[in-house]
Amino acid sequence: MRVEELKELLNAVNLNEGAALDGEITCGYSCDLLSWVLAHGKQGMAWCTVQTHVNVIAVSVLMEMACVIMVEGVQPEEASLKKAMEEGMPILSTSKTAYEVCGLMSKAGVGVPVE
Amino acid sequence: MQEQLLKDSYSVCAGEYQTAGDASASIKRKLKQLGIDSTILRRIAVASYEAELNLIIHSQGGELMMEMTPVQIKLISKDVGPGIADVSQALKEGFSTASEEARDLGFGAGMGLPNMKRNADSFDIQSELGVGTTIEMGFQLK
Repeated sequence: MRVEELKELLNAVNLNEGAALDGEITCGYSCDLLSWVLAHGKQGMAWCTVQTHVNVIAVSVLMEMACVIMVEGVQPEEASLKKAMEEGMPILSTSKTAYEVCGLMSKAGVGVPVE
Repeated sequence: MQEQLLKDSYSVCAGEYQTAGDASASIKRKLKQLGIDSTILRRIAVASYEAELNLIIHSQGGELMMEMTPVQIKLISKDVGPGIADVSQALKEGFSTASEEARDLGFGAGMGLPNMKRNADSFDIQSELGVGTTIEMGFQLK
């Protein structure tokens, strides 16, 4: 599944309008502990979080993720959006909970990260 | 002694959470341009980001350095204090002395040093209270 398709599946908004949404999603994840994500993040991951600060973007870029999903309507800090724009990282915003997002991704065939 | 192909150094200030990851991103970008294998690149990126975060969260300021030879890439983190009281404890997963501020941002899970160790081929840490901490990590290219 590509980021564009995930956006539609979740009925989400991409807050980083300039970012390409053709990245392939390799796995789904939900975690708000950035240290943990650093240990378990994967290339192509679609990552759900309620963290909104700029380090979220740094982690997602370093891990070469497909997109960040900000759940439950949380909005990225200005610095986060700016960095996401510089780096071309899509930020999908949804009112759904991480639980709902993961349920939908799982049902659509997006798997868990493989160590 | 192997010929040095690239040497890079970044100063990292204590408490500068806003710029966390900038040095690591720059290191990763340069190595990518040199055609380093993406698997090794990811390991280096994680290790350097953890080192950078540790400098921001725990140190009184320091430096992150990268040296590349034809056979290996070395990451060195060197700070000016405060030093680690018990290094073997600090190396245990889950142990952290991070501030509330760091924890609020989702750091301080006690995974920094273990994560560096896991990703590097060689790992050495030297620390002295009141003096500082130096971490050297090696990544084999061949």
